[in-house]
Amino acid sequence: MTMDSIALSRQQLDGDHMIVNFGPSHPTTHGTLRIVLELEGETIIRATPEMGYLHRGVEKLGESLSYQQFIPLTDRLNYCSSIMNNVGYACAVEKLLGIEIPKRAQQIRVLVSELARIADHIVCVGVNAVDIGAFTAFLYLFKQRETVYDLFEMAAGQRLHTSFTRIGGLFRDIPPEFAPLTERFLVECEAAVDECERLLTHNPIWYDRTKGIGAISPEDAVNSGYTGPCLRAAGVPQDLRKAQPYLGYETYDFDIPVGTTGDVFDRYLVRIEEMRQSLRIIRQVLDRLEPGPVIVDDYKVALPPKEKVYTRMESLIHHFKLIMHGIDMPVGEIYSATEAANGELGFYIVSDGGKNPYRIRVRPPCLPIFSSFEEQVKGCLIADAVAVLGAMNVIAGELDR
Amino acid sequence: MIIEHIDAQLPGAITDRHDFRGDQTIVVAKGNLLALVDLLHREGFQLLVDITAVDWPERPGTQGVGRFDVVYHWLNLASQERLRVKVPVADGETMPTLTGRFKTADWFEREVFDLFGIRFEGHPNLKRLLTWDDFQGHALRKDFPLDGGDPFCMEGCTAPYNNGERARG
Repeated sequence: MTMDSIALSRQQLDGDHMIVNFGPSHPTTHGTLRIVLELEGETIIRATPEMGYLHRGVEKLGESLSYQQFIPLTDRLNYCSSIMNNVGYACAVEKLLGIEIPKRAQQIRVLVSELARIADHIVCVGVNAVDIGAFTAFLYLFKQRETVYDLFEMAAGQRLHTSFTRIGGLFRDIPPEFAPLTERFLVECEAAVDECERLLTHNPIWYDRTKGIGAISPEDAVNSGYTGPCLRAAGVPQDLRKAQPYLGYETYDFDIPVGTTGDVFDRYLVRIEEMRQSLRIIRQVLDRLEPGPVIVDDYKVALPPKEKVYTRMESLIHHFKLIMHGIDMPVGEIYSATEAANGELGFYIVSDGGKNPYRIRVRPPCLPIFSSFEEQVKGCLIADAVAVLGAMNVIAGELDR
Repeated sequence: MIIEHIDAQLPGAITDRHDFRGDQTIVVAKGNLLALVDLLHREGFQLLVDITAVDWPERPGTQGVGRFDVVYHWLNLASQERLRVKVPVADGETMPTLTGRFKTADWFEREVFDLFGIRFEGHPNLKRLLTWDDFQGHALRKDFPLDGGDPFCMEGCTAPYNNGERARG
């Protein structure tokens, strides 16, 4: 936006309206994005979101990186739950290749995805509460988030930017002490979610601040391109894990929480319940986790194990070919979507058969949600804008790409 | 299934189709897009998942086939059917906007305009979305250099970049 477009009009100069810059650096913005609010008293007359502060050109970079090299860039999309982006991207490339990954890899992907979903919802609910003024719930929840990141560190060696998946499976198996720690986490997290509910759900201040704020009808939500918790809070039971199952989600027993009004309070309730459902899924994964390989046994897709590369000629050749010439990709285009914490995370990949994707498009779940921000806050008070923005869970990393 | 419906109701609209890994794709001409969108909306394809574009600079710019493909993804929430619609468009040609039917189209079309330079006729606020207003060029075109050309991409920039000079300190 140039300076002209935010210059004050005659009416604004007369003192009726006031322009307030919300962001680019503000605790609620989860990254850097800016909203120009035009206020009359405390009422919002106009809200003009402005984004691009975190635009890194991920899609452009992807065109010059091999399929494997793109994985670290997916970490930085929604950095609160980076493993889910890794999983979503790997699933997309596997769809393009038309390969099936081993059972254990699928199960571990589900396991870490659900852990990431919990971590993401913790950030969203906890920080939303802090923004509105309820600090305590945040502390109880963030202790659990810390545990999730410790688990990620154990599995992938990294807390935030995990890069855990590879095309055709996982970078490595989870260590033996991962499962017992997750068991303990299940108990503790359940208690923390209950604690959070006791602090917030029946809290009259929380209720007053969130009830009816940002309400949206199911038709409007669909029309605005909502997906994920925000769509479900509006009353549309759309969850890709159930609707278009991937990674064997159809074999797990879980429910989809649905709200009625789509306001901030419903979004909060949906997220709380989704955390419980994720805990249920994790328990089922732990029960059925069987030993086995975690990456496909096809050296045209996945690297052979290091000891073989060092000792066998053929493996060394495969390693060299895969690194230098990449995976032999079919020509075609696919769109693959997974249910990330914020909604439908889609990857549209056009392949011309080369080493790099010809075009890679990331469909960020929070961009359409954020585009309805002005409609949601028009006529509300300035403090409500903070509540709505927090409940949308706009993550600038995936918004701007 | 939806493709048969389209064939029955808009005969001749689909110029090409393919089915790769279960993704249904149809190619339609620009002139038939709005009629097709009305039909899709009636048939329950109410979630416009995504709008993007693909640049094919080597493709001959003969009639009907242009440099870009504008790619729409629809999802039918009732039947969970997905449909991809591609519309070829030449460089400098405009596309009809879908903002009247889908609110999602607003920002997605702005993004396509920003990164590919395809204009959408009738869009209420067609401004750049991700890059700044006086950014030169369109970043996702194949002929746009990967490093942005000029190291700070600020050639021709006015305020607030100090006449192309990068602010120090």
